[in-house]
Amino acid sequence: MSNEDIDQLVDQEYKYGFVTDIESDTLPPGLNEDVIREISTRKNEPEWLLEWRLAAYEKWLALTPPEWPHLEYPPIDFQAISYFSAPKKQGDGPKSLDEVDPALLETYNKLGIPLEEQKLLAGVAVDAVFDSVSVVTTFKEKLHEAGVVFCPLSEAVHSHPELVKQYLGTVVPPADNYYACLNSAVFSDGSFVYIPKGVRCPMELSTYFRINQQNTGQFERTLIIADEGAYVSYLEGCTAPQRDENQLHAAVVELVTMDDAEIKYSTVQNWFAGDDEGKGGIYNFVTKRGECRGDRSKISWTQLETGSAITWKYPSCVLKGADSVGEFYSVAVAGKKQQADTGTKMIHIGPRTRSTIISKGISTARGQNAYRGLVKVLPGATDARNFTQCDSLLIGDQCGAHTFPYVEAQEPSAQLEHEATTSKVSDDQLFYLRTRGMSEEDALNMVVNGFCKEVFQKLPMEFAVEAEALLGITLEGAVG
Amino acid sequence: MLTIKNLHASINGTPILKGINLEINPGEVHAVMGPNGAGKSTLSSILAGRDDYEITDGEVIYQGQDLLELEPEERAWAGIFLSFQYPVEIPGVKNIYLLKAAVNTIREHRGLPELKAGEFLKLVRDKLKVMQMDEAFLHRNVNEGFSGGEKKRNEILQMQLLEPTLALLDETDSGLDVDALRVVGEGINRMRAPERSVLLVTHYQRLLDIVKPDFVHVLADGRIVRSGDFSLAQRLEKEGYEGIEAA
Repeated sequence: MSNEDIDQLVDQEYKYGFVTDIESDTLPPGLNEDVIREISTRKNEPEWLLEWRLAAYEKWLALTPPEWPHLEYPPIDFQAISYFSAPKKQGDGPKSLDEVDPALLETYNKLGIPLEEQKLLAGVAVDAVFDSVSVVTTFKEKLHEAGVVFCPLSEAVHSHPELVKQYLGTVVPPADNYYACLNSAVFSDGSFVYIPKGVRCPMELSTYFRINQQNTGQFERTLIIADEGAYVSYLEGCTAPQRDENQLHAAVVELVTMDDAEIKYSTVQNWFAGDDEGKGGIYNFVTKRGECRGDRSKISWTQLETGSAITWKYPSCVLKGADSVGEFYSVAVAGKKQQADTGTKMIHIGPRTRSTIISKGISTARGQNAYRGLVKVLPGATDARNFTQCDSLLIGDQCGAHTFPYVEAQEPSAQLEHEATTSKVSDDQLFYLRTRGMSEEDALNMVVNGFCKEVFQKLPMEFAVEAEALLGITLEGAVG
Repeated sequence: MLTIKNLHASINGTPILKGINLEINPGEVHAVMGPNGAGKSTLSSILAGRDDYEITDGEVIYQGQDLLELEPEERAWAGIFLSFQYPVEIPGVKNIYLLKAAVNTIREHRGLPELKAGEFLKLVRDKLKVMQMDEAFLHRNVNEGFSGGEKKRNEILQMQLLEPTLALLDETDSGLDVDALRVVGEGINRMRAPERSVLLVTHYQRLLDIVKPDFVHVLADGRIVRSGDFSLAQRLEKEGYEGIEAA
């Protein structure tokens, strides 16, 4: 089929898709200016945002996908993807848990997730009476009292247009990279958070508690602003594997801290990794970046990456404010036939800026795990300091660990330290623990959790406990 | 309690044990001595369940069951404990975490209730005192950065906590100075009981001066070439292994 034919086909279905077919609120596959206009119209967006999307789309057309990552995957057909899907109505998903993949349910049970939550995660239509609803209501009231804005980005466009306009795309410009650019053109929804001056957010914010969370789609976009002296801890994701039909995910997360503000952003990513041959897994191409605009401000990324067939992700910090601090704590697991190319960028611009990178890569089965990190010290970032530690742990002999550290120091007073280790879970370690009564799996979990400890300690308490449990499930069958 | 009959084992096709016969009754302490490479450590590793070895012949019966059929952890549950010659480091895992997990796993399999944090702490503090170990040990990572002597004390501490029925002590005296040797030796002596047996693998007599064995066996080239009482160990010290083997 020629491109022309495809375009015709797309155009046809396109008209049919949203003019006559009311039942299905999903655009047919394909990407062009009309699709972007349609997305914007459906979301009832202001003109400036449509222009912003269109400008991004135009730039995207001129870009090519990055080829430098240590990843192998077939070229993605961007015309085969649908770029808009309204929140699913009851009845779209499985009708009951009986229709859900038993393997998924088994995992939920192992994680001890209550039945109602299991339904939510698996996409089962849930009754109106749901325990969490009341929780969410109380939660929203409490935040409102503190003056915290926490809502879907699509809502913030209308309720706080000046804030969105002021900050959107200022940390990750639309043309930053191929996938961020695509996201800017077609982003579906995501979270918007604004913490006013001097406010310490009274609770940890979690996407889990946002009512409109379901089906934010594959092009999620999140924007978090901590004004002077503000503090917020934000938890992204859920520790249970989620049902998701979209293979390509290209999210953008932007964080901004003003003077003396702090954002702590924690992620547990556990999307479908595909089968043992890597088939059917999620491709996760994410751009996450925080900018410490204010003096003495701090941005801290903590992540546990266990899912996806492909992970391409470098949560970064731009340290502009004097004495600002950037941190990156990461555990990335690549098992089955998973490929992870992840790491961080620390850009030191202000004087006395400091950054810490602790990266733990775990590879099992035929997983390939690469750490890629850049520490850049620009002229003027006097006495900047960085400490980097990348440790790799191998389980079995068919997996791989790779480290690509880049350092660009243009300031003679900068102090940079880099440490790297690669180790194998040894038979000696497993045997030692087994003679102390641990089963082989418990022994492996103990060794791996010990390896990850420095990172898990940085996660909020409850999240850390779940992260350990999740890691245990991810590694099941990795030995023996 | 333990009967080893005609045990043959090899590693990568090379025979190491060439027909071991040994009978250990409840309450007995047996010392296995012998030159380097005789197969002493192989014997204790096989009894604890290490699977690097191929058992080519013979059998091992422990409390009426075929020991070689059991996984290492099942042997631990059944009361077998191995004190390692080279205790293994587990980075990031605190000693107290491992100790508590081990004690409670084994208690669970023996039908005993789990020890709560407070109860466990009281127990472990008593044992630390016996081993003359500082409480700071509990909060260090398992064997990481431990001196040779500290590692061995830690092994015997674990033995005291796990209260095995059959303790296999592999070169527990190596790397110990005189004082540490006494502490470790006395720690082992405290564990001697009518229902508990010990198989002590060692190269030297010095530990045996403190932990007096009921039986001494000389292992050479994969076979037990001599057995006797404590006086055999004393003869060995004087005449060396060559003298004994030749006799």
